[in-house]
Amino acid sequence: MAKLLMKGNEAVGAAAIKAGCKYFFGYPITPQNELPEYMSRELPKNNGLYLQAESEIGAINMVYGAAGTGERVMTSSSSPGIALKQEGISYLCGAELPCVIVNMSRVGPGLGGIQPAQADYFQATRGGGNGDYCTPVYAPASIQETVDLVMESFDVAETYRTPVIVLGDGMIGQMMESVEFNEPKKRELPPRDWAVPQKGKKGEKILINSLYIMPEDMEPHIQKLFRKYDVIKEKEVRYEKYNCEGADVVAVAYGTVSRIVRNAIKMLENDGIKLGLIRPITLWPFPHEAFKDFSPETKALLSVEMSAGQMIDDVKIANEGRLPVEFYGRMGGIVPKPIEVVEKVKEIFGGAK
Amino acid sequence: MSLVFERTEGLVDMPTHYCPGCTHGIIHRLVAESLVELGLMDDAVCIASVGCSVFTYKYFPCDAYQASHGRAAAVATGAKRVLEDRTVFTYQGDGDLAAIGTAETVHAAARGENITIIYVNNAIYGMTGGQMAPTTLVGQKATTSPYGRKAELQGYPIKVSEMLSTLDGTAFAERVSVHNPAHVRKAKKAIKKAFEVQTAKEGFSIVEILSTCATNWGMTPPDALNWLEDNMIPYYPLGNFKTPEEN
Repeated sequence: MAKLLMKGNEAVGAAAIKAGCKYFFGYPITPQNELPEYMSRELPKNNGLYLQAESEIGAINMVYGAAGTGERVMTSSSSPGIALKQEGISYLCGAELPCVIVNMSRVGPGLGGIQPAQADYFQATRGGGNGDYCTPVYAPASIQETVDLVMESFDVAETYRTPVIVLGDGMIGQMMESVEFNEPKKRELPPRDWAVPQKGKKGEKILINSLYIMPEDMEPHIQKLFRKYDVIKEKEVRYEKYNCEGADVVAVAYGTVSRIVRNAIKMLENDGIKLGLIRPITLWPFPHEAFKDFSPETKALLSVEMSAGQMIDDVKIANEGRLPVEFYGRMGGIVPKPIEVVEKVKEIFGGAK
Repeated sequence: MSLVFERTEGLVDMPTHYCPGCTHGIIHRLVAESLVELGLMDDAVCIASVGCSVFTYKYFPCDAYQASHGRAAAVATGAKRVLEDRTVFTYQGDGDLAAIGTAETVHAAARGENITIIYVNNAIYGMTGGQMAPTTLVGQKATTSPYGRKAELQGYPIKVSEMLSTLDGTAFAERVSVHNPAHVRKAKKAIKKAFEVQTAKEGFSIVEILSTCATNWGMTPPDALNWLEDNMIPYYPLGNFKTPEEN
Protein backbone atom coordinates (compact mmCIF):
# COMPACT_ATOMS: atom_id res chain seq x y z
CA MET A 1 0.00 0.00 0.00
CA ALA A 2 1.25 3.46 -0.86
CA LYS A 3 2.37 5.70 1.96
CA LEU A 4 0.07 8.54 2.98
CA LEU A 5 1.05 11.88 4.47
CA MET A 6 -1.15 12.26 7.54
CA LYS A 7 -1.49 14.40 10.60
CA GLY A 8 -1.04 12.43 13.83
CA ASN A 9 -4.56 12.90 15.14
CA GLU A 10 -6.14 11.87 11.83
CA ALA A 11 -3.78 8.91 11.50
CA VAL A 12 -4.99 7.68 14.91
CA GLY A 13 -8.56 7.76 13.62
CA ALA A 14 -7.68 5.97 10.38
CA ALA A 15 -5.77 3.28 12.30
CA ALA A 16 -8.66 2.80 14.73
CA ILE A 17 -11.17 2.32 11.90
CA LYS A 18 -8.82 -0.15 10.20
CA ALA A 19 -8.60 -2.02 13.51
CA GLY A 20 -12.38 -2.38 13.57
CA CYS A 21 -13.32 0.47 15.90
CA LYS A 22 -17.04 1.05 15.42
CA TYR A 23 -17.92 3.48 18.21
CA PHE A 24 -16.21 6.71 19.21
CA PHE A 25 -17.42 9.00 21.98
CA GLY A 26 -15.76 12.40 21.83
CA TYR A 27 -15.56 15.80 23.39
CA PRO A 28 -13.57 18.76 22.06
CA ILE A 29 -10.26 19.77 23.60
CA THR A 30 -7.06 21.07 22.01
CA PRO A 31 -4.72 19.56 20.77
CA GLN A 32 -6.69 16.43 19.79
CA ASN A 33 -9.70 17.91 17.96
CA GLU A 34 -8.75 16.54 14.55
CA LEU A 35 -9.33 13.03 15.91
CA PRO A 36 -13.01 13.36 16.91
CA GLU A 37 -13.52 15.47 13.78
CA TYR A 38 -12.03 12.71 11.65
CA MET A 39 -14.14 10.07 13.38
CA SER A 40 -17.34 12.09 12.97
CA ARG A 41 -16.58 12.26 9.23
CA GLU A 42 -15.28 8.75 8.61
CA LEU A 43 -17.05 6.41 11.05
CA PRO A 44 -20.50 6.83 9.44
CA LYS A 45 -18.93 5.79 6.10
CA ASN A 46 -17.53 2.69 7.81
CA ASN A 47 -20.68 1.36 9.42
CA GLY A 48 -19.79 3.02 12.72
CA LEU A 49 -21.03 5.74 15.02
CA TYR A 50 -19.47 8.94 16.30
CA LEU A 51 -21.32 10.53 19.20
CA GLN A 52 -20.34 13.77 20.86
CA ALA A 53 -20.83 13.62 24.61
CA GLU A 54 -21.77 16.41 27.01
CA SER A 55 -18.39 16.12 28.75
CA GLU A 56 -15.37 13.86 29.02
CA ILE A 57 -17.16 12.19 31.93
CA GLY A 58 -20.16 11.53 29.72
CA ALA A 59 -17.91 10.23 26.94
CA ILE A 60 -16.02 7.72 29.09
CA ASN A 61 -19.27 6.43 30.56
CA MET A 62 -20.70 6.00 27.07
CA VAL A 63 -17.53 4.03 26.36
CA TYR A 64 -18.35 1.90 29.43
CA GLY A 65 -21.85 1.25 28.08
CA ALA A 66 -20.70 0.43 24.55
CA ALA A 67 -17.59 -1.52 25.63
CA GLY A 68 -19.87 -3.74 27.71
CA THR A 69 -21.24 -5.12 24.44
CA GLY A 70 -17.79 -6.29 23.32
CA GLU A 71 -17.67 -3.95 20.32
CA ARG A 72 -14.48 -2.00 19.60
CA VAL A 73 -14.84 1.38 21.27
CA MET A 74 -12.64 4.43 21.60
CA THR A 75 -12.44 7.89 23.09
CA SER A 76 -9.78 10.58 23.08
CA SER A 77 -8.95 13.74 24.92
CA SER A 78 -6.05 15.77 26.25
CA SER A 79 -4.70 16.11 29.78
CA PRO A 80 -7.45 18.00 31.69
CA GLY A 81 -10.07 15.96 29.84
CA ILE A 82 -8.23 12.73 30.61
CA ALA A 83 -8.25 13.79 34.26
CA LEU A 84 -12.05 13.91 34.04
CA LYS A 85 -12.13 10.43 32.52
CA GLN A 86 -10.26 8.83 35.41
CA GLU A 87 -13.41 7.81 37.28
CA GLY A 88 -14.61 5.98 34.19
CA ILE A 89 -11.20 4.39 33.55
CA SER A 90 -11.22 2.99 37.09
CA TYR A 91 -14.71 1.52 36.49
CA LEU A 92 -13.64 0.11 33.10
CA CYS A 93 -10.69 -1.61 34.81
CA GLY A 94 -12.87 -2.86 37.65
CA ALA A 95 -15.46 -4.25 35.24
CA GLU A 96 -12.71 -5.50 32.87
CA LEU A 97 -13.95 -3.76 29.74
CA PRO A 98 -11.75 -3.34 26.67
CA CYS A 99 -11.40 0.05 24.99
CA VAL A 100 -8.75 2.40 23.66
CA ILE A 101 -8.22 5.85 25.17
CA VAL A 102 -5.98 8.38 23.43
CA ASN A 103 -4.35 11.21 25.38
CA MET A 104 -2.68 13.85 23.20
CA SER A 105 -1.28 15.41 26.30
CA ARG A 106 -0.69 19.08 27.00
CA VAL A 107 0.60 21.25 29.78
CA GLY A 108 -0.66 21.16 33.36
CA PRO A 109 -1.51 21.47 36.20
CA GLY A 110 -4.92 23.03 35.81
CA LEU A 111 -5.87 24.46 32.47
CA GLY A 112 -2.13 24.74 31.92
CA GLY A 113 -1.63 25.31 28.22
CA ILE A 114 -2.15 23.68 24.86
CA GLN A 115 1.50 22.99 24.02
CA PRO A 116 3.04 19.51 24.18
CA ALA A 117 4.02 18.03 27.54
CA GLN A 118 4.76 14.68 29.16
CA ALA A 119 3.37 15.65 32.53
CA ASP A 120 0.65 12.97 32.51
CA TYR A 121 3.15 10.13 33.01
CA PHE A 122 2.11 9.52 36.61
CA GLN A 123 -1.58 9.82 35.74
CA ALA A 124 -1.21 7.25 32.95
CA THR A 125 1.13 4.75 34.59
CA ARG A 126 -0.07 4.80 38.20
CA GLY A 127 -3.77 4.28 37.53
CA GLY A 128 -5.07 7.84 37.64
CA GLY A 129 -8.39 6.92 39.21
CA ASN A 130 -9.31 5.26 42.49
CA GLY A 131 -8.31 1.77 43.48
CA ASP A 132 -5.82 -0.96 42.65
CA TYR A 133 -5.43 -1.13 38.88
CA CYS A 134 -3.10 -0.49 35.96
CA THR A 135 -3.62 0.09 32.27
CA PRO A 136 -1.23 -0.68 29.42
CA VAL A 137 0.20 2.63 28.15
CA TYR A 138 1.78 2.99 24.70
CA ALA A 139 3.99 5.98 23.95
CA PRO A 140 4.62 6.29 20.21
CA ALA A 141 7.46 8.44 18.87
CA SER A 142 6.36 8.80 15.25
CA ILE A 143 3.13 8.87 13.32
CA GLN A 144 3.94 5.46 11.84
CA GLU A 145 4.46 4.02 15.29
CA THR A 146 1.26 5.73 16.47
CA VAL A 147 -0.68 3.99 13.72
CA ASP A 148 0.91 0.61 14.49
CA LEU A 149 0.30 0.92 18.23
CA VAL A 150 -3.28 2.15 17.90
CA MET A 151 -4.10 -0.86 15.73
CA GLU A 152 -2.43 -3.23 18.17
CA SER A 153 -4.05 -1.50 21.17
CA PHE A 154 -7.47 -2.78 20.18
CA ASP A 155 -6.16 -6.37 20.15
CA VAL A 156 -4.38 -5.88 23.47
CA ALA A 157 -7.51 -4.35 25.01
CA GLU A 158 -9.61 -7.29 23.85
CA THR A 159 -7.01 -9.93 24.77
CA TYR A 160 -6.78 -8.75 28.37
CA ARG A 161 -10.19 -7.09 28.72
CA THR A 162 -8.65 -3.80 29.77
CA PRO A 163 -8.62 -0.18 28.72
CA VAL A 164 -5.43 0.65 26.81
CA ILE A 165 -4.02 4.18 26.84
CA VAL A 166 -2.14 5.63 23.89
CA LEU A 167 -0.15 8.54 25.28
CA GLY A 168 0.97 11.03 22.68
CA ASP A 169 1.41 14.74 23.07
CA GLY A 170 0.52 17.87 21.14
CA MET A 171 3.52 17.27 18.89
CA ILE A 172 2.53 13.72 17.93
CA GLY A 173 -1.08 14.82 17.42
CA GLN A 174 -0.31 17.84 15.30
CA MET A 175 2.66 16.90 13.11
CA MET A 176 2.44 15.23 9.72
CA GLU A 177 4.48 12.24 8.59
CA SER A 178 4.09 9.52 6.02
CA VAL A 179 2.38 6.37 7.19
CA GLU A 180 1.26 3.01 5.92
CA PHE A 181 -1.29 0.76 7.54
CA ASN A 182 -0.03 -2.72 8.28
CA GLU A 183 -2.04 -5.34 10.12
CA PRO A 184 -0.60 -6.11 13.56
CA LYS A 185 0.55 -9.66 14.17
CA LYS A 186 -2.45 -11.95 14.55
CA ARG A 187 -3.48 -12.67 18.10
CA GLU A 188 -5.80 -15.36 19.35
CA LEU A 189 -8.60 -13.25 20.80
CA PRO A 190 -10.73 -14.64 23.61
CA PRO A 191 -14.46 -15.18 22.97
CA ARG A 192 -16.76 -12.26 23.79
CA ASP A 193 -18.96 -14.48 25.96
CA TRP A 194 -18.68 -12.00 28.87
CA ALA A 195 -20.32 -9.17 26.90
CA VAL A 196 -23.94 -8.05 26.70
CA PRO A 197 -25.16 -9.53 23.39
CA GLN A 198 -27.54 -8.12 20.80
CA LYS A 199 -30.29 -10.43 22.09
CA GLY A 200 -30.94 -11.40 25.70
CA LYS A 201 -31.28 -15.01 26.76
CA LYS A 202 -33.70 -16.14 29.41
CA GLY A 203 -31.85 -17.38 32.47
CA GLU A 204 -28.40 -16.33 31.25
CA LYS A 205 -27.56 -13.07 32.89
CA ILE A 206 -24.62 -10.96 31.78
CA LEU A 207 -23.47 -8.44 34.37
CA ILE A 208 -21.03 -5.57 33.80
CA ASN A 209 -19.97 -4.58 37.29
CA SER A 210 -17.15 -3.38 39.51
CA LEU A 211 -19.00 -3.61 42.83
CA TYR A 212 -18.09 -6.38 45.27
CA ILE A 213 -19.55 -5.25 48.57
CA MET A 214 -18.08 -8.16 50.57
CA PRO A 215 -14.32 -7.87 51.23
CA GLU A 216 -13.94 -11.62 50.78
CA ASP A 217 -15.28 -11.19 47.22
CA MET A 218 -13.42 -7.98 46.40
CA GLU A 219 -9.95 -9.17 47.35
CA PRO A 220 -10.01 -12.15 44.96
CA HIS A 221 -11.29 -9.83 42.22
CA ILE A 222 -8.32 -7.51 42.70
CA GLN A 223 -5.95 -10.49 42.86
CA LYS A 224 -7.42 -11.71 39.57
CA LEU A 225 -6.78 -8.30 38.00
CA PHE A 226 -3.17 -8.39 39.16
CA ARG A 227 -2.60 -11.92 37.86
CA LYS A 228 -3.72 -10.49 34.51
CA TYR A 229 -1.31 -7.56 34.94
CA ASP A 230 1.50 -10.07 35.62
CA VAL A 231 0.80 -11.68 32.24
CA ILE A 232 0.82 -8.26 30.57
CA LYS A 233 4.17 -7.50 32.24
CA GLU A 234 5.54 -10.78 30.96
CA LYS A 235 4.25 -10.56 27.40
CA GLU A 236 3.62 -6.98 26.39
CA VAL A 237 6.67 -4.95 27.46
CA ARG A 238 8.00 -2.97 24.51
CA TYR A 239 11.10 -0.80 24.27
CA GLU A 240 13.95 0.19 21.98
CA LYS A 241 17.58 0.21 23.03
CA TYR A 242 19.79 2.27 20.72
CA ASN A 243 23.53 3.02 20.74
CA CYS A 244 23.90 1.65 24.27
CA GLU A 245 26.87 -0.67 23.63
CA GLY A 246 29.89 1.15 25.05
CA ALA A 247 27.85 4.29 25.73
CA ASP A 248 29.25 6.84 28.20
CA VAL A 249 25.77 7.95 29.22
CA VAL A 250 22.43 6.31 28.47
CA ALA A 251 19.48 8.62 28.08
CA VAL A 252 15.97 7.40 28.83
CA ALA A 253 13.27 9.17 26.85
CA TYR A 254 9.93 8.35 25.27
CA GLY A 255 7.75 9.78 22.54
CA THR A 256 8.63 13.21 21.19
CA VAL A 257 11.64 13.62 23.49
CA SER A 258 13.26 10.39 22.25
CA ARG A 259 13.54 12.02 18.82
CA ILE A 260 15.37 14.98 20.31
CA VAL A 261 17.74 12.64 22.13
CA ARG A 262 18.55 10.94 18.81
CA ASN A 263 19.68 14.30 17.44
CA ALA A 264 21.75 14.88 20.56
CA ILE A 265 23.38 11.46 20.04
CA LYS A 266 24.64 12.58 16.60
CA MET A 267 25.82 15.95 17.88
CA LEU A 268 27.74 14.34 20.74
CA GLU A 269 29.62 12.05 18.35
CA ASN A 270 31.60 15.13 17.29
CA ASP A 271 32.64 15.58 20.91
CA GLY A 272 33.66 11.95 21.24
CA ILE A 273 30.90 11.23 23.70
CA LYS A 274 28.74 8.19 23.11
CA LEU A 275 25.17 8.72 24.24
CA GLY A 276 22.84 5.72 24.29
CA LEU A 277 19.05 5.68 24.39
CA ILE A 278 16.54 3.49 26.11
CA ARG A 279 13.14 4.33 24.67
CA PRO A 280 10.23 2.82 26.57
CA ILE A 281 7.39 2.14 24.14
CA THR A 282 5.19 0.75 26.89
CA LEU A 283 5.31 3.14 29.84
CA TRP A 284 3.27 0.59 31.76
CA PRO A 285 4.50 -2.05 31.95
CA PHE A 286 7.82 -0.23 32.22
CA PRO A 287 10.72 -2.02 30.50
CA HIS A 288 12.74 -2.93 33.59
CA GLU A 289 14.66 -5.56 31.65
CA ALA A 290 16.24 -2.84 29.48
CA PHE A 291 18.17 -1.67 32.56
CA LYS A 292 19.68 -5.03 33.50
CA ASP A 293 22.98 -4.76 31.62
CA PHE A 294 25.08 -1.74 30.78
CA SER A 295 28.58 -1.52 29.34
CA PRO A 296 31.37 -0.91 31.85
CA GLU A 297 31.89 2.49 30.13
CA THR A 298 28.40 3.68 31.06
CA LYS A 299 28.76 6.21 33.85
CA ALA A 300 25.21 7.49 34.29
CA LEU A 301 21.60 7.36 33.19
CA LEU A 302 19.83 10.53 32.09
CA SER A 303 16.06 10.78 32.12
CA VAL A 304 14.96 13.43 29.63
CA GLU A 305 11.32 14.47 29.85
CA MET A 306 8.90 17.25 29.06
CA SER A 307 7.94 17.28 32.73
CA ALA A 308 9.39 18.22 36.09
CA GLY A 309 10.52 14.62 36.50
CA GLN A 310 8.04 11.77 36.47
CA MET A 311 9.43 8.84 34.46
CA ILE A 312 12.67 9.28 36.41
CA ASP A 313 10.98 7.43 39.30
CA ASP A 314 10.60 4.33 37.11
CA VAL A 315 14.15 4.75 35.79
CA LYS A 316 15.41 4.72 39.39
CA ILE A 317 13.32 1.68 40.25
CA ALA A 318 14.58 -0.16 37.16
CA ASN A 319 18.19 0.93 37.78
CA GLU A 320 18.12 -0.53 41.31
CA GLY A 321 20.75 1.92 42.50
CA ARG A 322 23.49 0.73 40.13
CA LEU A 323 24.22 3.95 38.21
CA PRO A 324 23.74 7.60 39.07
CA VAL A 325 20.45 8.84 37.58
CA GLU A 326 20.46 12.38 36.21
CA PHE A 327 17.53 14.41 34.98
CA TYR A 328 16.85 17.00 32.32
CA GLY A 329 13.35 18.33 31.88
CA ARG A 330 11.56 21.23 30.23
CA MET A 331 8.05 22.17 31.19
CA GLY A 332 5.20 24.46 30.38
CA GLY A 333 5.04 23.46 26.72
CA ILE A 334 8.70 24.06 25.96
CA VAL A 335 10.17 21.28 23.85
CA PRO A 336 13.86 20.79 24.69
CA LYS A 337 16.36 21.43 21.91
CA PRO A 338 19.00 18.80 21.12
CA ILE A 339 21.74 21.21 22.20
CA GLU A 340 20.23 21.37 25.68
CA VAL A 341 20.52 17.60 25.98
CA VAL A 342 24.07 17.80 24.63
CA GLU A 343 24.99 20.38 27.27
CA LYS A 344 23.39 18.35 30.03
CA VAL A 345 25.41 15.29 29.01
CA LYS A 346 28.61 17.35 28.95
CA GLU A 347 27.73 18.74 32.37
CA ILE A 348 27.52 15.17 33.67
CA PHE A 349 31.11 14.78 32.44
CA GLY A 350 32.15 18.09 33.99
CA GLY A 351 32.71 19.66 30.56
CA ALA A 352 33.89 18.23 27.21
CA LYS A 353 35.45 14.78 27.30
CA MET B 1 -58.53 -22.20 46.44
CA SER B 2 -57.79 -19.79 43.61
CA LEU B 3 -54.47 -17.97 43.42
CA VAL B 4 -55.03 -14.19 43.40
CA PHE B 5 -51.49 -12.91 43.84
CA GLU B 6 -48.07 -14.40 43.22
CA ARG B 7 -44.45 -13.52 42.65
CA THR B 8 -43.71 -11.91 39.34
CA GLU B 9 -41.24 -13.80 37.20
CA GLY B 10 -39.75 -10.37 36.48
CA LEU B 11 -37.94 -10.33 39.80
CA VAL B 12 -35.25 -12.74 40.93
CA ASP B 13 -36.43 -14.84 43.90
CA MET B 14 -34.13 -13.41 46.57
CA PRO B 15 -34.37 -11.10 49.58
CA THR B 16 -33.74 -7.45 48.77
CA HIS B 17 -31.58 -5.11 50.87
CA TYR B 18 -34.31 -2.48 51.15
CA CYS B 19 -35.55 -1.32 54.56
CA PRO B 20 -38.95 -2.54 55.77
CA GLY B 21 -41.64 -0.20 54.47
CA CYS B 22 -39.51 1.16 51.64
CA THR B 23 -41.41 1.79 48.40
CA HIS B 24 -38.52 0.63 46.19
CA GLY B 25 -40.01 -2.87 46.47
CA ILE B 26 -43.31 -1.72 44.95
CA ILE B 27 -41.51 0.16 42.17
CA HIS B 28 -39.31 -2.85 41.37
CA ARG B 29 -42.42 -4.95 41.07
CA LEU B 30 -44.10 -2.44 38.76
CA VAL B 31 -41.07 -2.30 36.48
CA ALA B 32 -40.81 -6.11 36.49
CA GLU B 33 -44.51 -6.68 35.78
CA SER B 34 -44.47 -4.08 33.00
CA LEU B 35 -41.49 -5.64 31.25
CA VAL B 36 -42.93 -9.15 31.58
CA GLU B 37 -46.40 -8.11 30.36
CA LEU B 38 -44.87 -6.31 27.37
CA GLY B 39 -42.73 -9.36 26.58
CA LEU B 40 -39.57 -7.30 26.99
CA MET B 41 -37.90 -8.82 30.04
CA ASP B 42 -35.52 -11.21 28.27
CA ASP B 43 -34.28 -8.42 26.04
CA ALA B 44 -34.15 -5.71 28.70
CA VAL B 45 -30.86 -4.23 29.90
CA CYS B 46 -30.92 -2.67 33.36
CA ILE B 47 -28.48 0.10 34.22
CA ALA B 48 -28.17 0.22 37.99
CA SER B 49 -26.99 3.43 39.62
CA VAL B 50 -25.41 4.44 42.92
CA GLY B 51 -27.50 4.87 46.04
CA CYS B 52 -30.18 2.59 47.43
CA SER B 53 -30.78 1.39 43.88
CA VAL B 54 -27.19 0.18 43.55
CA PHE B 55 -28.15 -3.52 43.74
CA THR B 56 -30.97 -3.19 41.21
CA TYR B 57 -28.81 -5.26 38.86
CA LYS B 58 -29.31 -8.29 41.10
CA TYR B 59 -33.07 -8.11 41.33
CA PHE B 60 -34.07 -7.99 37.67
CA PRO B 61 -33.31 -11.23 35.81
CA CYS B 62 -32.13 -9.44 32.65
CA ASP B 63 -28.60 -8.43 31.59
CA ALA B 64 -27.34 -5.46 33.58
CA TYR B 65 -24.65 -2.87 34.11
CA GLN B 66 -23.66 -1.19 37.35
CA ALA B 67 -22.92 2.46 36.52
CA SER B 68 -20.89 5.01 38.47
CA HIS B 69 -22.63 7.70 40.48
CA GLY B 70 -24.86 9.82 38.26
CA ARG B 71 -23.62 8.38 34.96
CA ALA B 72 -26.37 5.84 34.30
CA ALA B 73 -27.84 7.85 31.41
CA ALA B 74 -24.43 8.03 29.71
CA VAL B 75 -23.85 4.29 30.23
CA ALA B 76 -27.36 3.62 28.89
CA THR B 77 -26.53 5.80 25.88
CA GLY B 78 -23.42 3.78 25.08
CA ALA B 79 -25.24 0.47 25.53
CA LYS B 80 -28.35 1.44 23.56
CA ARG B 81 -26.35 2.89 20.66
CA VAL B 82 -24.91 -0.59 20.13
CA LEU B 83 -27.90 -2.66 21.28
CA GLU B 84 -30.56 -0.83 19.32
CA ASP B 85 -33.18 -3.56 19.64
CA ARG B 86 -32.88 -4.13 23.36
CA THR B 87 -34.94 -2.28 25.96
CA VAL B 88 -32.41 -0.26 27.93
CA PHE B 89 -33.53 1.34 31.17
CA THR B 90 -31.84 3.03 34.09
CA TYR B 91 -33.10 2.85 37.65
CA GLN B 92 -31.89 5.90 39.57
CA GLY B 93 -32.64 7.85 42.69
CA ASP B 94 -32.90 11.62 43.06
CA GLY B 95 -29.41 12.15 44.49
CA ASP B 96 -27.87 10.18 41.64
CA LEU B 97 -29.98 11.64 38.83
CA ALA B 98 -30.75 15.21 39.88
CA ALA B 99 -27.42 16.24 41.44
CA ILE B 100 -24.26 14.46 40.28
CA GLY B 101 -25.98 13.07 37.18
CA THR B 102 -27.80 16.20 36.01
CA ALA B 103 -25.61 16.77 32.96
CA GLU B 104 -25.78 13.14 31.82
CA THR B 105 -29.56 13.08 32.29
CA VAL B 106 -30.31 16.40 30.59
CA HIS B 107 -28.11 15.61 27.60
CA ALA B 108 -29.43 12.08 27.17
CA ALA B 109 -32.89 13.68 27.00
CA ALA B 110 -31.73 16.45 24.69
CA ARG B 111 -30.22 13.90 22.30
CA GLY B 112 -33.48 12.00 22.39
CA GLU B 113 -31.70 8.82 23.47
CA ASN B 114 -34.15 5.99 23.02
CA ILE B 115 -33.87 4.84 26.63
CA THR B 116 -36.20 4.76 29.63
CA ILE B 117 -35.33 6.26 32.99
CA ILE B 118 -37.07 5.03 36.12
CA TYR B 119 -36.45 7.93 38.46
CA VAL B 120 -37.26 7.32 42.12
CA ASN B 121 -37.63 10.59 44.01
CA ASN B 122 -37.74 10.27 47.80
CA ALA B 123 -36.31 13.75 48.49
CA ILE B 124 -33.25 12.43 50.35
CA TYR B 125 -29.97 10.53 49.99
CA GLY B 126 -31.03 7.18 51.42
CA MET B 127 -28.03 4.84 51.11
CA THR B 128 -25.60 7.27 52.73
CA GLY B 129 -27.87 7.89 55.69
CA GLY B 130 -30.30 10.71 54.98
CA GLN B 131 -28.37 13.71 53.68
CA MET B 132 -30.05 16.62 51.89
CA ALA B 133 -30.78 15.88 48.23
CA PRO B 134 -31.40 18.26 45.31
CA THR B 135 -35.05 17.30 45.79
CA THR B 136 -35.29 17.81 49.55
CA LEU B 137 -38.23 20.10 50.22
CA VAL B 138 -37.77 23.58 51.66
CA GLY B 139 -38.11 23.18 55.40
CA GLN B 140 -37.40 19.44 55.31
CA LYS B 141 -34.79 18.22 57.76
CA ALA B 142 -31.94 15.98 56.65
CA THR B 143 -28.59 15.10 58.24
CA THR B 144 -26.90 17.88 56.26
CA SER B 145 -29.82 20.27 56.62
CA PRO B 146 -30.41 19.72 60.35
CA TYR B 147 -32.31 23.00 60.71
CA GLY B 148 -34.47 22.28 57.67
CA ARG B 149 -33.64 23.21 54.08
CA LYS B 150 -33.58 26.99 53.73
CA ALA B 151 -34.19 28.42 50.27
CA GLU B 152 -31.86 31.36 50.92
CA LEU B 153 -29.04 28.97 51.88
CA GLN B 154 -29.59 25.83 49.80
CA GLY B 155 -31.94 26.99 47.06
CA TYR B 156 -34.93 25.12 45.76
CA PRO B 157 -35.73 21.47 44.96
CA ILE B 158 -35.44 20.49 41.30
CA LYS B 159 -38.54 19.45 39.39
CA VAL B 160 -36.94 17.01 37.00
CA SER B 161 -39.98 15.96 34.98
CA GLU B 162 -40.99 19.55 34.26
CA MET B 163 -37.42 20.47 33.33
CA LEU B 164 -36.89 17.52 30.99
CA SER B 165 -40.27 17.96 29.34
CA THR B 166 -39.04 21.29 27.92
CA LEU B 167 -36.48 19.40 25.81
CA ASP B 168 -37.42 18.40 22.27
CA GLY B 169 -35.67 15.02 22.67
CA THR B 170 -37.93 14.02 25.55
CA ALA B 171 -40.83 11.96 24.18
CA PHE B 172 -42.44 10.97 27.45
CA ALA B 173 -42.28 12.44 30.97
CA GLU B 174 -44.70 11.64 33.74
CA ARG B 175 -44.68 11.98 37.51
CA VAL B 176 -46.51 9.36 39.54
CA SER B 177 -46.60 8.25 43.15
CA VAL B 178 -46.87 4.96 45.01
CA HIS B 179 -48.38 6.16 48.29
CA ASN B 180 -51.66 4.26 47.87
CA PRO B 181 -53.03 1.41 45.70
CA ALA B 182 -54.83 3.69 43.25
CA HIS B 183 -51.62 5.58 42.56
CA VAL B 184 -49.61 2.36 42.36
CA ARG B 185 -51.88 1.30 39.49
CA LYS B 186 -51.43 4.66 37.76
CA ALA B 187 -47.67 4.39 38.24
CA LYS B 188 -47.64 1.03 36.49
CA LYS B 189 -49.54 2.47 33.54
CA ALA B 190 -46.94 5.23 33.17
CA ILE B 191 -44.03 2.78 33.41
CA LYS B 192 -45.60 0.56 30.77
CA LYS B 193 -46.21 3.53 28.52
CA ALA B 194 -42.59 4.66 28.88
CA PHE B 195 -41.32 1.24 27.76
CA GLU B 196 -43.78 1.28 24.86
CA VAL B 197 -42.41 4.67 23.81
CA GLN B 198 -38.94 3.13 23.70
CA THR B 199 -40.12 0.09 21.76
CA ALA B 200 -41.73 2.44 19.22
CA LYS B 201 -38.35 4.26 19.01
CA GLU B 202 -39.97 7.58 19.86
CA GLY B 203 -37.15 8.89 22.02
CA PHE B 204 -36.29 9.58 25.63
CA SER B 205 -38.79 8.52 28.28
CA ILE B 206 -38.77 9.13 32.01
CA VAL B 207 -41.12 8.18 34.81
CA GLU B 208 -40.56 10.07 38.03
CA ILE B 209 -41.96 8.10 40.94
CA LEU B 210 -42.49 9.82 44.28
CA SER B 211 -41.29 7.42 46.90
CA THR B 212 -40.81 7.26 50.66
CA CYS B 213 -37.78 6.78 52.86
CA ALA B 214 -39.32 5.88 56.21
CA THR B 215 -35.91 5.09 57.73
CA ASN B 216 -34.21 8.39 56.95
CA TRP B 217 -37.33 10.51 57.23
CA GLY B 218 -37.60 9.06 60.76
CA MET B 219 -41.21 7.92 60.39
CA THR B 220 -43.23 4.74 60.44
CA PRO B 221 -43.98 3.47 56.91
CA PRO B 222 -47.68 4.55 57.10
CA ASP B 223 -46.68 8.01 58.34
CA ALA B 224 -44.15 8.26 55.52
CA LEU B 225 -46.87 7.50 52.94
CA ASN B 226 -49.03 10.22 54.45
CA TRP B 227 -46.10 12.66 54.54
CA LEU B 228 -45.45 12.02 50.85
CA GLU B 229 -49.08 12.78 50.01
CA ASP B 230 -49.27 15.88 52.20
CA ASN B 231 -45.87 17.42 51.44
CA MET B 232 -44.34 16.05 48.26
CA ILE B 233 -47.34 16.04 45.93
CA PRO B 234 -48.13 19.74 46.49
CA TYR B 235 -44.57 20.63 45.38
CA TYR B 236 -44.17 17.83 42.84
CA PRO B 237 -47.55 17.74 41.09
CA LEU B 238 -48.50 14.38 39.60
CA GLY B 239 -49.36 14.03 35.97
CA ASN B 240 -48.11 13.64 32.45
CA PHE B 241 -45.87 16.41 31.15
CA LYS B 242 -45.20 15.00 27.74
CA THR B 243 -46.35 12.09 25.64
CA PRO B 244 -45.99 11.26 21.93
CA GLU B 245 -48.97 12.23 19.84
CA GLU B 246 -51.18 9.28 18.94
CA ASN B 247 -51.14 8.52 15.24
